[in-house]
Amino acid sequence: MEALFQQYSPVALDKVTVWFKACQEHDIPENGGACVKYKNKQIALYHFKRKQKWYACQNLCPHKMEMVLSRGMLGDSEGIAKVACPMHKRTFSLETGENLNGDLPSIATFPVKVENGFVYIGFSE
Amino acid sequence: MKTVIVVGNGMVGYKFCEKFVAKSSSDEYKLIVFGEEPRPAYDRVHLSAYFENQNANALELAPASWYKENNIELITGQRVSDIKKENKEIHTASGKSYTYDYLVLATGSVPFVPPISGVEKEGVFVYRTIEDLEEMMAYASQIKAIKPNGKAAILGGGLLGLEAGKAVLDMGLEAHVVEFAPKLMPRQLDTRSSNVLQLKLEDMGIQVHLSKATNKILGDKVIEGMEFGEDDRLDVDMLIISAGIRPRDELGKTCGLEMGTRGGIIVDNRMRTSTKDIFAIGEVALYNQMIYGLVAPGYEMADVAVNQIMGNQEVIMPEHMDMSTKLKLMGVDVASFGIPYMPVEKGLSIIFENKTKYLYKRINVSHDGKTLLGGILVGDAKDYNILHQMYLNGIALPDNAEELIVGARGGEGSAFGSAIDLPDTAQICSCESVSKGNICSSLLNGESKSLKDIISCTKATTGCGGCKPMVVELVNETLKSMGKKVKDVICEHFEYTRQELYGIIKVKGITSYDEALDKCGQGDGCEVCKPALASIFATIYNHTANKEDIIQDSNDRFLANIQRNGSYSVVPRIPGGEITPDKLIVLGDVAKQYGLYTKITGGQRIDLFGAELNDLPAIWKKLIDAGFESGHAYGKSLRTVKSCVGSTWCRYGMDESVSFAIALEERYKGIRSPHKLKGGVSGCIRECAEARGKDFGVIAVEGGWNLYVCGNGGATPKHAQLLAEQIDNETVIKYLDRFLMYYIRTAAPLMRTAAWLEKLEGGMEQLKKIVIEDSLNIAEELETDMQGLVDKYECEWKQAVENEEIGRRFKHFVNTDDRDDNLVFVPMREQKMPEPWTN
Ligand SMILES: Cc1cc2nc3c(=O)[nH]c(=O)nc-3n(C[C@H](O)[C@H](O)[C@H](O)COP(=O)(O)OP(=O)(O)OC[C@H]3O[C@@H](n4cnc5c(N)ncnc54)[C@H](O)[C@@H]3O)c2cc1C
Ligand code: SF4
Ligand code: SF4
Ligand code: FES
Repeated sequence: MEALFQQYSPVALDKVTVWFKACQEHDIPENGGACVKYKNKQIALYHFKRKQKWYACQNLCPHKMEMVLSRGMLGDSEGIAKVACPMHKRTFSLETGENLNGDLPSIATFPVKVENGFVYIGFSE
Repeated sequence: MKTVIVVGNGMVGYKFCEKFVAKSSSDEYKLIVFGEEPRPAYDRVHLSAYFENQNANALELAPASWYKENNIELITGQRVSDIKKENKEIHTASGKSYTYDYLVLATGSVPFVPPISGVEKEGVFVYRTIEDLEEMMAYASQIKAIKPNGKAAILGGGLLGLEAGKAVLDMGLEAHVVEFAPKLMPRQLDTRSSNVLQLKLEDMGIQVHLSKATNKILGDKVIEGMEFGEDDRLDVDMLIISAGIRPRDELGKTCGLEMGTRGGIIVDNRMRTSTKDIFAIGEVALYNQMIYGLVAPGYEMADVAVNQIMGNQEVIMPEHMDMSTKLKLMGVDVASFGIPYMPVEKGLSIIFENKTKYLYKRINVSHDGKTLLGGILVGDAKDYNILHQMYLNGIALPDNAEELIVGARGGEGSAFGSAIDLPDTAQICSCESVSKGNICSSLLNGESKSLKDIISCTKATTGCGGCKPMVVELVNETLKSMGKKVKDVICEHFEYTRQELYGIIKVKGITSYDEALDKCGQGDGCEVCKPALASIFATIYNHTANKEDIIQDSNDRFLANIQRNGSYSVVPRIPGGEITPDKLIVLGDVAKQYGLYTKITGGQRIDLFGAELNDLPAIWKKLIDAGFESGHAYGKSLRTVKSCVGSTWCRYGMDESVSFAIALEERYKGIRSPHKLKGGVSGCIRECAEARGKDFGVIAVEGGWNLYVCGNGGATPKHAQLLAEQIDNETVIKYLDRFLMYYIRTAAPLMRTAAWLEKLEGGMEQLKKIVIEDSLNIAEELETDMQGLVDKYECEWKQAVENEEIGRRFKHFVNTDDRDDNLVFVPMREQKMPEPWTN
């Protein structure tokens, strides 16, 4: 289980070497998310329409190591965009990956860009 | 201008600076601080947080810039090597010297390393500074690279040792705790609580070795193991020594200050050493012949020293220092206060122990049963604050003192008074010395208006955080007493109660979530207000969960209950529990085809578990084609109306309970409510359907039905109470329409009917008046609204399988048709189950 978690480490914008073409813009529900498969990884991709922003993070919730975060609910906590895990409502900042309502380890976040109706997620490998 | 030199920039040395600059006369002094560590003072208490984030800045008590802004000259990475008392001068290791008017020694302590042969070997560590941690982490990752299941031991099972145990677990090594005494935390815990803690730690994977005297560290240059007796050894790859602390008193010794026989610089109750212009505070100071290894006493010493230097002679140390502590050790609450354990001559104990839940609570009371002398809490320390306050303030114990630890019998009320009943002098936040009076008066004189203000102006809760619940209670109660309303608002995005929001949405005709946020909310919403609004929309417009799926709770969004491994369960409606053999066969076929685990539920239907997200639409298509509908098992809505066979088959039956249950279930199915709703119908008072354990229950009696409401099973079972007697079918429905609609409109989110009734002013009598006598003159409106919802019912699964757009929601990946390969099932009794959770 831990090994699964170790697979995901955050990627900063300036470290991106691959822009993976994930899907079309309209494949992701507005103010909601879906899961993207990249190699053997599962990445949650969200379209936060209210903030005019896209976010990506690991689909794996560090609480019970389940692949569920893409099915979580979006929201903000004092302005910080966050996602709530559908299992037990642990919340994570989509900006930094930090667990906002507990002391779980942070989740990995990834840069996202949208070009010509396609959504790309940035990876370093 | 006078010069004050502080030696040591640790937790207490920093607190000295903070208290110093807060004094108005501080600009008459020059403050110079020497710290041997390379960085400014940091929070040692939360040192183990460094394992998680490796962010040293996050631990800093104040950044270097803070010292500058406050005209403090901070010299880090510089050890003070000598004091020349006669010249009032200190020398640093780099050969500089400085003169002082007052000298404050805050040099803390070092870990005590027992003289065991081999302690100098590579792989043996102590645990006190960030540098210690960094070295340990580097070493641990080396071990893990060559030995994936490497082991580390901690020598010492006290408070710090167990803290280090967490560090070892976090580093991914197998953890062993070796203790000389026959129990863990020998200073704070009695034997039984120690056993409970040990069981819990062992359950978490830490191995505990008690009564072990280590006499040798084995290995060549590098540690390979520990030897206890002749044939008794433990193979380990790493050792952390946590066998107590020794004050860093070498400066005092060499310059001839009066010392304790076992170390420590002796101070009086003004924190003065034997030389009157030299003070000692924190873990280096020996006060009352004791070294206090906790921050709270150290902070108090810092305060006294600041006051003494500035001439406030009356501020002195109290005679007796409180050593109560509450900690979270690896997530386990452990607290001890006052005298934790004692012989019977001194007092009597009340003890509660539940090893199955790793709980232990003990309080010690005086022989006359009036005063609390101390106690221990393991596993659950939520009552620590109030018990600690009762102890500190000598508050008289209630007659049934046992209720303080086991809870009051009958009812959920607590045996405690509330925090507001404490005297003004009661210290609420011991880390920052904030009293109840400080908090309340700051609110009363208008200096603070909210919890946030209180925290920023008193600093309460910013230390260990243990006092937070009490501070919140005090703030709320005080605001209330000032006539300010403290509302149960939904969340930071909507400053309304659910009932208020219901009214606003209805009056303004708001129909979507974003519209609601724009018109009466703020920010971008969250997991609390989204489902609450979804439920309100459902009540007003009977929107199914498909209308705005992204604001639904996850279960509503996927129209299925998420299960332990992220798979889903499928529960078709079986009204009243009545089902034909043909439909049973369909369920069996579907379950076989998709490999689902099947079980009969408590609500008389059949649950199919383990469905993958991708398969849900196909499964439901088959069920709907066979005449099934959604069972709404995933929603905050009507689940089932359970029934017994009644007069149709039962020889005691007084009426047709099945027929009536089906009618009620068909009527209220799909209606969203603040929480789930359950019903029951029994054919006679033998009550085989357990109707009184439901939100509404109907029981056939001579001359009609008795209608009961507001019961539930679950965590706090409640029997439903009688609303009306001997009424006919139509009247049952009329009253139920009114009752349910009134509940749906006025309850808070996730509040079941029983809790709602408890909060309803006037209780059951009032409810009878509203429902039966129509005292509020709203009965007709309630009935019309309910009929409207009933007429608009649609099966949301039917919508979902017929609409391709909705169908797209049920794919695990958007960019491929692959399945989630992380779903793992294991066989169980001819069926299957998800792989057990390991963390
Ligand atoms: C892992 C851990 C967990 C803890 N948990 C808790 C807890 O939960 N609750 C609690 O109340 N307490 C806890 N403590 C204890 C608490 O940290 C100490 O009581 C507190 O840090 C004491 O403060 P101090 O300033 O006296 O000493 P320190 O914080 O040790 O500071 C002394 C400083 O002086 C420096 N110094 C020493 N000699 C010289 C010199 N000659 N020249 C210059 N600088 C010098 C040292 O390098 C050090 O930085 C914990 C301690 C540890 C290590
Ligand atoms: S409640 Fe009465 S009618 Fe119903 S099954 Fe039991 S005994 Fe028969
Ligand atoms: S009783 Fe608890 S474990 Fe059992 S189904 Fe309900 S929530 Fe799950
Ligand atoms: S699995 Fe995500 S909160 Fe529990």
